[in-house]
Amino acid sequence: MISSDIPAPLEVEASRRIFGLETEFGLHLDAPNARHVTPEEVAGHLFHSVVQWGRSSNVFLTNGSRLYIDVGAHPEYATAEADSISDLIALDKAGERIVQDLVVGGQQRLRMAGIDGIIHLYKNNTDSAGNSYGCHENYLVRRRADFAAFGSSLLPFLVSRQIVTGAGCVTRTPSGAHYSFSPRADHMWEGMSSATTRSRPMINTRDEPHANADLYRRLHVIVGDSTMAQPTTLLKVGATDLILRLAEARVAMPNLTLAREMHAIREIAHDVSGRATVERADGQTITGVELQEAYLEFVLTHIDGLIERTEEVEAIVDLWERGIAAVRSGDFSAVATELDWAIKHRLIERYQERLGCGMDDPRIARLELAFHDVSPELGLVRKLESAGLIKTVVAEERIVRAMGEPPASTRAHLRGAFVRAALESGRDFTVDWVHLKITGSQSRTVLLKDPFRNEDARVDVLIEALGADT
Amino acid sequence: MPQTHATSDAFEDDASEPTPPPAQAATTDALDDLLDQIDGSLQVNAAQFVRSFVQKGGQ
Repeated sequence: MISSDIPAPLEVEASRRIFGLETEFGLHLDAPNARHVTPEEVAGHLFHSVVQWGRSSNVFLTNGSRLYIDVGAHPEYATAEADSISDLIALDKAGERIVQDLVVGGQQRLRMAGIDGIIHLYKNNTDSAGNSYGCHENYLVRRRADFAAFGSSLLPFLVSRQIVTGAGCVTRTPSGAHYSFSPRADHMWEGMSSATTRSRPMINTRDEPHANADLYRRLHVIVGDSTMAQPTTLLKVGATDLILRLAEARVAMPNLTLAREMHAIREIAHDVSGRATVERADGQTITGVELQEAYLEFVLTHIDGLIERTEEVEAIVDLWERGIAAVRSGDFSAVATELDWAIKHRLIERYQERLGCGMDDPRIARLELAFHDVSPELGLVRKLESAGLIKTVVAEERIVRAMGEPPASTRAHLRGAFVRAALESGRDFTVDWVHLKITGSQSRTVLLKDPFRNEDARVDVLIEALGADT
Repeated sequence: MPQTHATSDAFEDDASEPTPPPAQAATTDALDDLLDQIDGSLQVNAAQFVRSFVQKGGQ
């Protein structure tokens, strides 16, 4: 029975938004001398400790986030609801550490099964055979009748965003290797649809708001790359949020509809000079740089108007501007500590100089994997951050705290408190994005439809019941 | 060649030569330090290591 005394939705300012990031990690067992082990088997060992405490390989954590094994044996971490980008970055980085913390136990389990090896977890988007997996961005938007038109109007932005927020990658072809903006671009097959693996769209239209469906909808963007550097994540989510704020205020988007979006996203990805032209619906041509300049200009004209000027907004548009300028000039140094594709480009270029090798050398591919490895010892990002070669946005303490604590200002606060109390009580419980329940108890299921509500008397009662009725 | 000349030439050369901005030199040094640290492990069976990372696709 579901509790019927559901509080009315909170009235929230239009600028307030719930953000979430879902990351599928690449799972790699390096065990050259062992028998063949399937990724499913490795994932099973990796999640052994999770199943021990959560009785499932699909759990919600005390920080309100979800950890599970997704299609293709990919460990996946979905952040709790964040209502600020800095909270989102802290949760996202916390997720890298949460999955990495499973590695030692997983390796021990594998050793017991006779397999001696090292488990690597990569926050990237392709394996060596070209299979792709994603980083999905979730933006809570206000429900509107013209969702299809709203989504379509965002596509030229999403097609070209990679020139600043792409993860960068070496593309290997039979005729040689070259550097590209986005590993994910080659795996996109349509603009908008409800499919995910069969035919990957840039915007997935599956209508799952995990919130009051009369008020909200989820904009599920699946075209983005997984990003390692915190400033890249800030720009990826931040620029998209600023565009959404204007679209939600019914400001007309720049009319830049592209003739063939799937063709355009590839053309732009494979030319880091930013000069590749793509065709517009009106027959004219435009470059990725010009597209991004148009969107940045559009946003800048509304700062101090519809968009309140905050330090964060200033940081976003400043990095956006410098990122576009870097591509336009071909001098990437101004963003080489902030944007993934430029950081990686510098790393690869320097390693190539030292080795005197081509970009198609396997050692370069090995370096790329190390860049995305979330291990503090085997991965490069934490080392680059310590050396001042990658800037950070949130303080270390905040990431550590986010491993166990949810954001205080959203529904995640309620979920996290319930999960913590339930684990302490030793009682069985069931949790998802909108429900909390003590298994087999007389207490009712609490339905949490409002992602902005961080206080709820029903949850207090439920938590009390954990200690009381047995 | 008189010693004084050589000294003054060297001085002038030093002064006129465009010195790389210190930040960039420091960056390259820091990058090289890092690459020195990891180079050994990256080179071990790099091709086999990379090839062995194959998983089914996800979403």
